[in-house]
Amino acid sequence: MSMNRREFLQVLAVAAAGGMSLHSEFAMAEKGAAKLYDLPKFGNVSLLHITDCHAQLNPIYFREPSVNLGFGEQFGKVPHLVGDHLLKHFGFKPNSIEAHAYSYLNFEKAAETYGKVGGFAHLATLVKRMKARNPGALLLDGGDTWQGSGTALWTNAQDMVDACKALGVNVMTLHWEATYGEERVKEIEEKDFAGVVDIVAQNVKTTDFGDPVFKPYVIKNMNGVPVAIVGQAFPYTPIANPRWQVPNWSYGIQEENMQAVVDEARAKGAQVVVVLSHNGMDVDLKMASRVRGIDAILGGHTHDGMPAPVVVKNAGGQTLVTNAGSNGKYLGVLDFDVKNGKIAGYRYKLLPVFANLLPADKAMQALIDKVRAPYLGKLNEQLAVTEGTLYRRGNFNGTFDQVIVDALIKEKDAEIAFSPGFRWGTSLLPGQPILMEHVLDQTAITYPWTTVTNMSGEMIKTVLEDVCDNLFNPDPYYQQGGDMVRVGGLQYTCNPTAKAGQRISNMMLRGQLIDPVKIYKVAGWAPVSEEAKDAGEPIWELVARYLRDVKTLKPVELNMPKLVGAENNPGIA
Amino acid sequence: MNNQRRNVLKTGTGAAVLGALAAAGMIPNVALAAWNKAAFEAKSMADTLKALGAVQPADSSDVQVTGPDIAENGAVVPVGVDSKIAGTTMVAILIDKNPNALAASFMLPAGTEANVQTRVKMGQTSNVYALVKAGDKFYMATKEIKVTLGGCGG
Repeated sequence: MSMNRREFLQVLAVAAAGGMSLHSEFAMAEKGAAKLYDLPKFGNVSLLHITDCHAQLNPIYFREPSVNLGFGEQFGKVPHLVGDHLLKHFGFKPNSIEAHAYSYLNFEKAAETYGKVGGFAHLATLVKRMKARNPGALLLDGGDTWQGSGTALWTNAQDMVDACKALGVNVMTLHWEATYGEERVKEIEEKDFAGVVDIVAQNVKTTDFGDPVFKPYVIKNMNGVPVAIVGQAFPYTPIANPRWQVPNWSYGIQEENMQAVVDEARAKGAQVVVVLSHNGMDVDLKMASRVRGIDAILGGHTHDGMPAPVVVKNAGGQTLVTNAGSNGKYLGVLDFDVKNGKIAGYRYKLLPVFANLLPADKAMQALIDKVRAPYLGKLNEQLAVTEGTLYRRGNFNGTFDQVIVDALIKEKDAEIAFSPGFRWGTSLLPGQPILMEHVLDQTAITYPWTTVTNMSGEMIKTVLEDVCDNLFNPDPYYQQGGDMVRVGGLQYTCNPTAKAGQRISNMMLRGQLIDPVKIYKVAGWAPVSEEAKDAGEPIWELVARYLRDVKTLKPVELNMPKLVGAENNPGIA
Repeated sequence: MNNQRRNVLKTGTGAAVLGALAAAGMIPNVALAAWNKAAFEAKSMADTLKALGAVQPADSSDVQVTGPDIAENGAVVPVGVDSKIAGTTMVAILIDKNPNALAASFMLPAGTEANVQTRVKMGQTSNVYALVKAGDKFYMATKEIKVTLGGCGG
């Protein structure tokens, strides 16, 4: 049989996806990389989508969740599928490069084989290739871009602003960006981004008169086709994050205004209307079923790296809903073929960014190295070595969060510790040194203060119930898209299918039931109230001190609630 | 926009404007006179409905409650009611879980578009009810508004 080089590479890529042993598979994947990233050109409109990179400029490891539960109408549906259920749904073979790219399965071994993911220099190479494929392509950034690293915090987001401009971002929307404060966001919009990047958000208005704070949408002409990009910022920013950082901005889902904005964009001649959204995938799916005239919602926030869009039917036709994961791990590519003003077809691919398969873009790497240079001493301080895998993502706990609550209990001499259910934060493999940079990857926020609170047993239950409802309210519009608060010291039973206020039971501390009227010493961090400003040292200092003492971190045991009603749920491994 | 003007307008949205409107004859005296003490002092939903004379109001899809799904600040939750029922003469906003269920009531002169907006205080997650009177009949609609402790988002 004779093959030309192109055919040969294609066969290699197929073989690589076919479940051969991992090491030989990587060799093949490397040779087949051209195929992995060689998307045939389709149509005349091409949208490139990044979201929730959380300021990760360099390649990292990131473990996908093994617990991402959905109940009621969300039971067993995208994105509430993990592990084998996810592979089966999307048609990926076990042990394939895709299995590693989109699931937690075989994480440690596969991560060693395929190497790190993301990194703006590698992403830049991929973006350039995709723009060469369709020169009119637009790059959309779904937000949570300016927060999540030490350098982003220390440069007041300037490193990410410069990197995004260099990457060629055209349009963005917001969430954590707002935690730098209203003035900083507007300064970047008006100075750095002027004439280069449009910030869009139809659902952010002033609290007094309801005036728009940002452009609700922009219309861009792509290869002769007017394309509207409507912005949807994270609707619960002033609730999930400190109100005092955005005192004059009001958010919310604003479904009716969304419909009005979509209708206006259509009336102005947009032939394609997409929403760049930070709602979270469940909220996007509900919104897609109710608002007419949106061709696609390019979503983020819930960090669901979903390889294919969900097609949602509604009164206006259908809407594609995608979610492009987190930490710079993926680039979403959505192509439309628009003929005579109408969409005739689409293609979607969520490309994993394997740093070893995409050479670093030299200019971008130089920019990254330059911005990091003044901070390298601090970032590279080795605090400890981990013997187990450290990760955060999961509905109830992650090993890195366990370290944080363990550190809080020890350093604050507390009985119980709470850590927020953030979904960002990178992963570490067994044997890796834990550097200060890695601790900052889990903790770098603008309200990092640690707290100690005397709480009654009743209040502890109220807190757990409140957060649990944000995660498991059957109506996605009442969910906030984070995970359950991480709990140290305290064991409990959780029934996500119960009604609000009745999900948490059997709270135990050192073998004793929690007494509703007794007072307990509870440590925590990331307080949202203005009164708690500067309450205690930043969490990264506390965790760093703990790790310096520990030196060698044994594999940590996860404190997980006993779950009721989650049996046979494809959202848990 | 000129910040000073904004501030003046902001402070002006309270009682002063109401007073000015009343002085200018824009609020009929009958509305000011219609303060239903018993209804505003009632604790429960049932007692409030009774005090308003609204026994077993019918659920209506022509009445809509608007407001956030999750309140940004429980102390000032923007809530609105829109009634498409012809001849709507009264709109009331009731909050099930508040210490006193009745948060506001509006008397609408004939010919007024039955669309009101106000801000209410909510101590906890609750159903918010719109009670509408047209002719001698009462109609009702509801929306749940969640009040959370905050923090812990993605």
